[in-house]
Amino acid sequence: MSVAGPLVEVRDLKMHFPVKRGLVFDRVIGQIKAVDGVSFAIRRGETFGLVGESGCGKTTIGRLLLKLEEPTAGEIRFDGEDIAGFDARRTLAFRRRVQAVFQDPYSSLNPRMTVEEIVGEPLLVHGVESNRAARLQRVRELLSVCGLPARSVDRYPHEMSGGQRQRVGIARALALRPDFIVCDEAVSALDVSIQAQIVRLLEELRDEFGLTYLFIGHDLSVVRHICQRVAVMYLGRIVEIADSDPLFDDACHPYTRALLSAVPVPDPVIEHQRAHQEIRGEIPSPMNPPSGCVFHPRCPLAEESCRRLVPQLREIGEDHHVACPIVGPRATNPAWLADQGDRNSVPEQSTR
Amino acid sequence: MASWSTSSAPPLLEVDHLSVEFRMPDGVIRAVNDVSFDVRRGEVVAVVGESGSGKSVTALAILRLVSEPGRIVAGAIRLDGQDLLQLDDEATRRVRGHRIGMVFQEPMTSLNPVLSIGRQLTESMQTHLGLTRGAAHARAVELLQLVGIAEPQRRLKQYPHHLSGGMRQRAMIAMALSCKPELIIADEPTTALDVTIQAQILHLMQDLCRRLDVALVIITHNLGVVARYADRVNVMYAGRIVERGTAADLYRVPSHPYTIGLLNSVPRLDRPRDAPFEPIPGSPPDPLALPSGCTFRPRCKLAAPHCAEAAPPLRQVATTHESACFELHRLRALEPA
Repeated sequence: MSVAGPLVEVRDLKMHFPVKRGLVFDRVIGQIKAVDGVSFAIRRGETFGLVGESGCGKTTIGRLLLKLEEPTAGEIRFDGEDIAGFDARRTLAFRRRVQAVFQDPYSSLNPRMTVEEIVGEPLLVHGVESNRAARLQRVRELLSVCGLPARSVDRYPHEMSGGQRQRVGIARALALRPDFIVCDEAVSALDVSIQAQIVRLLEELRDEFGLTYLFIGHDLSVVRHICQRVAVMYLGRIVEIADSDPLFDDACHPYTRALLSAVPVPDPVIEHQRAHQEIRGEIPSPMNPPSGCVFHPRCPLAEESCRRLVPQLREIGEDHHVACPIVGPRATNPAWLADQGDRNSVPEQSTR
Repeated sequence: MASWSTSSAPPLLEVDHLSVEFRMPDGVIRAVNDVSFDVRRGEVVAVVGESGSGKSVTALAILRLVSEPGRIVAGAIRLDGQDLLQLDDEATRRVRGHRIGMVFQEPMTSLNPVLSIGRQLTESMQTHLGLTRGAAHARAVELLQLVGIAEPQRRLKQYPHHLSGGMRQRAMIAMALSCKPELIIADEPTTALDVTIQAQILHLMQDLCRRLDVALVIITHNLGVVARYADRVNVMYAGRIVERGTAADLYRVPSHPYTIGLLNSVPRLDRPRDAPFEPIPGSPPDPLALPSGCTFRPRCKLAAPHCAEAAPPLRQVATTHESACFELHRLRALEPA
């Protein structure tokens, strides 16, 4: 593993799904822009959070990073190498280093396999441990690392609770000693008291094995806690990205602010004092997204120019970027606007 | 029954020593165990707990919708003093959907997919309120406007799958309100929705219940939702209410080890990422093999030998606050160091 540079680098990533109609001959009638020009980097040993509501593209990004889909455009570099160019052999090597933990361990674990088979399967498939006794020993170790008793090896997923099943899923993800794990809503289906245990386990494993996580979630409280850096997505784009505490304490983008305001805090005193700025309407269809800033139809601050100009991410604080020209310090350079040819779009303090 | 009341008016709903059992092949599950609480007119009462705590079964029991192999084995459920459990099927139907409205978690499964929204809305108004088709239609239009659905005339002709999740939940709320209920039972009404839509729907329910003087029982696992909307709270664990009080008291001075554990185990949006949080060890008990005495005992830091002997009753800790714990005097030991 090379030491310098981020572990994962994503540049101008796009994933457009064609929408087809027709019984005999499919016609492409439109495109769903699930991911539309996303760039970010994940540092080694860091937990990078992707948050947003359904349809924002966060799960698609996870699938792209796992190389389960090929992007329409853009580049994903893992440990300095472009994963699109991998041949079969290097793809296999890549899959050993990159693993996933999904939301519902009940549907992602094969119900006909015992825990031993589930956790041992990657070791067998990748030819890491072909001796059964040695494999069983390794499975027991993995289970113990994940807080499961060694006797669980003979059990089937349906005999376990949701929290235990998620531990099995994590043990399986760890089997090949990966560097990077995509956790897609990994704690969302769990009860509150169990969720906290799994969050704690993920943190301990990160520190113990030097893992890097992409943590995809919709529970902002959990994301704030577990992630060092967080990107907020809306309709296929990143609207704001910053370190965790600055993002949640000094959110700038109107969408981030609305999202935070929508999450109730378990304290009635705070809740009764807090301003609840409600966001209007629902998320538009990604097949026919609004022009300009995709958030403008729901935005309380929208100005006329927001309908036309696609805002670019600009830095408003240390490592804090926001894709909105209105909030925060006004940009002094109109370069952050992808100007579509209107002189009114130049902000008042344009540089001489 | 809760002896404390902030108003002297008799409660609208009284759940009195309710027990519900499920007869399973491997034994009997007591999903709801001697549960009592009340709801006053116009009030928002929360029942909070994790899966298997019995909160949803309690909601179903109030509506008399517990089905085989479940059975209400003890207790009474009084609406305005009348025991709903003594009513025949016909009278039960007159209460359900009329005096008590309901909103469930997944509107797609609780709405009929082959009937238009209009048909589903007007049918119950024709039955319960005796409205003509025309009058019911006019009221349906008003109701959809009330719940913030644009173009109500067009929406009434549509089917549930035409609507988004948030819209369907709005339609459910319109339906729950259609027959002028005194009480709405909402079981995880926003769990399946995105957070901004969740906030819209909860705010809408709160606003409408206030304006129309409808009492609301919210069944939820979300401690934040409870803090934002509830006047009073009942915390359930393994079929029993372990703590209850006004939301203000319960969050300010949580007085049961389970409630304290629950509040300590949720990371908070308003606290820095390195703020401590502490999971509750272990997992909820197997409902077929509940521990003796206090069912939280195996996960409780304060557990003492006598906790295994009997289930602790709810005892008053303040005028509007009760807790079911034998070790109340040692609660301070649970405070973070």
